Amino acid sequence: MKQVDETILEVKNLHTHFFTDEGTSKAVNGISFTLNKGETLGIVGESGSGKSITSLSLLRLIPSPPGKITGGSILFKGEDLLAKTEKQMRAIRGNEISMIFQEPMTSLNPVYSAGEQIAEAIRLHQKLGKKEAWNKAVDMLRLVGIPSPEKRAKQEPHELSGGMRQRVMIAMALACHPEVLIADEPTTALDVTIQAQILELIKTLQKDFGTAVILITHDLGVVYETCDRVAVMYAGKMVEYTLAKEIFTNPKHPYTIGLLNSLPRLDLDQEELTTIPGTVPSPYDMPKGCSFAPRCAHARRICEQAVPDLESIGPDTKVSCWMYTPQWEKEYEAEKKVGVQ
Amino acid sequence: MFVFIVRRILQTIPVLLGVSLVVFLIMQMVPGDPATLLAGEGATKETIEMIRHQLGLDRPILYQYIDYVIHAVQGDFGESLRSSRPVLDEIMVRLPVTLELALASIFITVVLGMVAGIISATKQYSAADISIMIVALLGISLPSFWLGLMLIYFFSVNLQWFPVSGWGTFRHMILPAITLGAGGAAIVARMTRSSMLEVVRQDYIRTAKAKGLKEHVIIYKHGLKNALIPVITVVGLQFGALLGGTVLTESVFAINGLGRLIVDAIRTRDLPMVQGGVLIASVIFVFMNLAVDVLYRYFNKRIDLN
Repeated sequence: MKQVDETILEVKNLHTHFFTDEGTSKAVNGISFTLNKGETLGIVGESGSGKSITSLSLLRLIPSPPGKITGGSILFKGEDLLAKTEKQMRAIRGNEISMIFQEPMTSLNPVYSAGEQIAEAIRLHQKLGKKEAWNKAVDMLRLVGIPSPEKRAKQEPHELSGGMRQRVMIAMALACHPEVLIADEPTTALDVTIQAQILELIKTLQKDFGTAVILITHDLGVVYETCDRVAVMYAGKMVEYTLAKEIFTNPKHPYTIGLLNSLPRLDLDQEELTTIPGTVPSPYDMPKGCSFAPRCAHARRICEQAVPDLESIGPDTKVSCWMYTPQWEKEYEAEKKVGVQ
Repeated sequence: MFVFIVRRILQTIPVLLGVSLVVFLIMQMVPGDPATLLAGEGATKETIEMIRHQLGLDRPILYQYIDYVIHAVQGDFGESLRSSRPVLDEIMVRLPVTLELALASIFITVVLGMVAGIISATKQYSAADISIMIVALLGISLPSFWLGLMLIYFFSVNLQWFPVSGWGTFRHMILPAITLGAGGAAIVARMTRSSMLEVVRQDYIRTAKAKGLKEHVIIYKHGLKNALIPVITVVGLQFGALLGGTVLTESVFAINGLGRLIVDAIRTRDLPMVQGGVLIASVIFVFMNLAVDVLYRYFNKRIDLN
């Protein structure tokens, strides 16, 4: 029997904007999703779609100024993180919600040993002594599969390989057994073989610790292998939110379909890779209607006039597209009447 | 580390040989003959020749130089032409004064400069930041002799807080140390500020924040140690400039230090004294550089010592 899903994180209508001299960039423009205990949610989208800003917003790590969370709520275990004081946030960061970043090369402090950087988080949140924290850091390094962890703990980041540094980052993030782990493109900077190992490691540790994971990636293959559910982001908005397996077999949003078609396939004899025509709109100059409309082959008048809501179209699927609304057919009739092609 | 230090010490030998040779040659080339100066006005040609012979100045330059090096290695820099006392003795009387002055001003350079730089960086574009940067700009632009004179005028003559000149007590040290250290402090403040601003944008600072660390732990533990790496270089170079600066400061405050000793020696063509003084100053400079390298290594283990 399926156990009742327990929501740990619920994001509602999150807006994060950047106020710069060039104007206001709505990097995250109304994102909503829920994350259940122990579940893995993938957030996919191309560069600039707002996925990293979403993840930084969750921990309130947006550089401010120029960035600011301008609206919405982030409910963690029922409490709104946006209402918490900085001190309360510090007790959550690295302890209950922790984060792994894209660049293992630069995300570790070059002047402190790997062990010291892990032990620091343990000392801070678990109030352990220096010696105990160090021993725990060594245990964590062993857990993430670093050989001879006693020796490695004393080494500095420049003495470790990229894969090993990402393991150190994972050890650091999981040292305090967080309930939510945000992994922002954890494997993008790594070799393919190392990528698989790191993903496998995150999956294993997630099972052991019961951690919920938000995996941010632009790699659909990674989503397929690791995620339960997936949110597709485009230009600061969520365009599709569904089960990971659904997205490969039954994608709904034209952007998602375009992404899947752009994947190189070995089973087809392709001369050229399929691409989505056009480019992502500038964050300072968003279209009035659906932000994907200028690139969408199906776009009708209504798409350019109004932004579609993210609506449920099945038990596990939400999509933000006029095509799946009752208005779509009406629009078709209307267009025929006025003679729009 | 030990091997590194030993190797660096050995490397100083050719440097010092080079310095001594350059100083030696320059002193040969400048107009003015020590023998003529020593003999005084109206001396006969014979007397001058005799003095020249006594001093060994009539021998080929190369012999003079080799002779000089052999003696210098044994700590014998010859005798001052003016006072007829051993050069090393004279230097050793003056050296502690100059070192005290240099250390006091390097203290001002480092402490004042770094504190100002950190305040500036952490409160970027605030009133404090802007004021500090304006003062720093003044600090770099003002010539030290002028600053020294102004300090004497306001704090010694008008307010009578500090003695006008001389050396000996802590109160004597303050104005000369500020005069000498101000320029360096300004440079260090600007360097610390820009380096700190650079560092706080790094990914590992974001990691430290994501860990839940407090703001001051992030700045002082994770930021400062990285930001200090370029600052150390500047401080090391400043120490070199400082040794030159002591000449001016010692003159303004009438302090009997090494700088004034060398200047006086140059003026009177006291050849052995100039050579000895410059050589000792070079030794200090070279060892300061060594200290900077060792510190560098301490702050940044990525630096390959080999």
